[in-house]
Amino acid sequence: MRIYKCFRILGWDFTITPTRFVLTGFVFLMVATVLLRLLTGFQYVTNLTDETPWGLWIAFDVMCGVALAGGGYSTALLVSMFRYKQYGIVARGALLTSLLGYILVMAGLFLDIGQWFNFWRPFVSWGYTSVLFEVFWCISIYTTILSVEFFEIITERVLVKKLHKYVVKILPVLIVIGLVFPVLHQSSLGGLFLIMKEKMFPLWWSEFLPVYFLLSSFFIGSAMVAVETSLAKTAYGHEIPHDIMLSLTKVGARIMVVYLVMKLYDIITLDQWSYVFQGTLQSNMYCIEMLFGIIIPILIIFSPLGKKKWGLLTYAWLTVLGVILNRLNCVFTSMYESGAYFPGIGEFIVSIGLISMGVLIYCFLVENFNILGNERAVQIKIDKDKDIKNLIWSLLRTKRH
Amino acid sequence: MAVLVDITKCIGCEGCTVACKRYNQLNFKAKPRNVKDGRVELDDNRWTVIQEFQGKDKDKLRFVKKQCLHCLEPACASACFSKAIQKDKKTGAVVYYPDLCVGCRYCLVACPYSIPKYQWEEQFPQVSKCQMCSERQTNGDAPVCVAACTTGALTSGTREELLKKAHEIIDSDPRYVKHIYGEHEVGGAEWLYISDVPFEELGFKTVSDTPVTDYTKSYLSKVPGFAAAWALFLTGLAVYNHRVEKNRKANDEDEQGKEE
Repeated sequence: MRIYKCFRILGWDFTITPTRFVLTGFVFLMVATVLLRLLTGFQYVTNLTDETPWGLWIAFDVMCGVALAGGGYSTALLVSMFRYKQYGIVARGALLTSLLGYILVMAGLFLDIGQWFNFWRPFVSWGYTSVLFEVFWCISIYTTILSVEFFEIITERVLVKKLHKYVVKILPVLIVIGLVFPVLHQSSLGGLFLIMKEKMFPLWWSEFLPVYFLLSSFFIGSAMVAVETSLAKTAYGHEIPHDIMLSLTKVGARIMVVYLVMKLYDIITLDQWSYVFQGTLQSNMYCIEMLFGIIIPILIIFSPLGKKKWGLLTYAWLTVLGVILNRLNCVFTSMYESGAYFPGIGEFIVSIGLISMGVLIYCFLVENFNILGNERAVQIKIDKDKDIKNLIWSLLRTKRH
Repeated sequence: MAVLVDITKCIGCEGCTVACKRYNQLNFKAKPRNVKDGRVELDDNRWTVIQEFQGKDKDKLRFVKKQCLHCLEPACASACFSKAIQKDKKTGAVVYYPDLCVGCRYCLVACPYSIPKYQWEEQFPQVSKCQMCSERQTNGDAPVCVAACTTGALTSGTREELLKKAHEIIDSDPRYVKHIYGEHEVGGAEWLYISDVPFEELGFKTVSDTPVTDYTKSYLSKVPGFAAAWALFLTGLAVYNHRVEKNRKANDEDEQGKEE
């Protein structure tokens, strides 16, 4: 077993691993690109045109980011409201992922707006007829609430005496409010597309779009928690009992069945079977999305395969990728002419940089606060040629009070 | 104020596009950014363009003026979350206010005709689209393109008058298509078109008569009720959970008391 070098600066642990060097590099690249973007506009950084006004930043960073951050509210709903106490050990991790997700979404949105110094306008100039107005308010409020909720974990170590008890006291209220807003804006993200009736490919447009987005954010939530815990397991050796993960994902999978039934109902009532098997790019993408993102995951989780670890993990990854594909399809495949848009290098650099930044912040926070299984994590790596002297030396370095 | 375009009368002189550029101080030197099927499309320096069509059998030469249709139920104005696009109640023009604009480009995506364009080369880009010369209209003048039209292809007036006139023309003259584009399209528009060549052959988009804003309206009208019900449900559940916990604690203490 090898523990990576860990530096202690002003009482905070900073672990250095080769991966984190690379990620930091991505972050610096992103910072440079962001400066270029903010100072020169869109022309050098993005491939956006009048035909394709929304690009990777909206479709991936914002749409997928918000969906992936659904783990926070879905877990909170199950743990605090429906009293599935056994899921409590994943709640803090899910909360952190959501918070980071939302902060990155806000960063992505900020970069995507043309007159970024005007970002506060909707707070005073109320365009209440717009679904985006609702999304904007809900995301702003919810991010604030998530931050305060997360503050409970922070104040366990910092400002313990001054603030912790107050934060704990208002927590129940925050949890209720913090469950209203995500439900509202997850659905209104789908509501954004309602006005594009004349532009979208019929397979993706439906009056139920808000419901679809809400349901899919719920089931991607638990799938994302499963993916996240499996990653945390490889990095930090923190394991969650398989039966807990299975029953948690099964709650999501039941919602997924509802989603599938609604989609089928839509196709049958609107008589869209001809579109599904049209053989064009759009219909093929739709079939891929439904088959690999919905039908196969459902089959896996409700068959004996789900009892195996790899089965659950396959379900989780397929679901996550399926919802990402759905969001990308809603923007790109259904609205743009095929081949009209491909993200520019700058757009990729910023998206990758934002995710890298999220990963780095996540690692720093779980190593310094009680998040994974309510204890601080240490990054371990199984190393067969273990060097006892080195191991002791590194253990001494990371020794905690 | 509305405008009626009689496509049969347009000779493609481009007088209207030049007048538009002069009045709105657009860049004459800017190269066309959007070209589709060999036709110049609207962009940030072209708020109106003339497009050439030859019909299905390539035997009829027609010129179609393209600009914002100034819908009665504008999707762009409804989509704007900072009220940077508003429909002027007096003139009917759908006007853009750059000071309020955040630059999210939801209007570009929302417009069923893809009319609003963006200043992609600017440092702090703004949306650009026909404003229907709203300042001229408040002074009682016609939009500058209408004033510049020499052949009578463009006429301005109130929407009712023009609709009546358009109906008279298409009913009396058998060469015209029995359809006024803009009368019912996505809820109707201030700009109306009549033509002797079917509209779909002239690059007009076939859209339904239901305003796209209806869908968002019906969704947003359900949101407050749903939010209130959901919040009430959660609060009730939270209070219930709290009491269950409290009772359990009290029970535990009682049992401990008995054991002692």
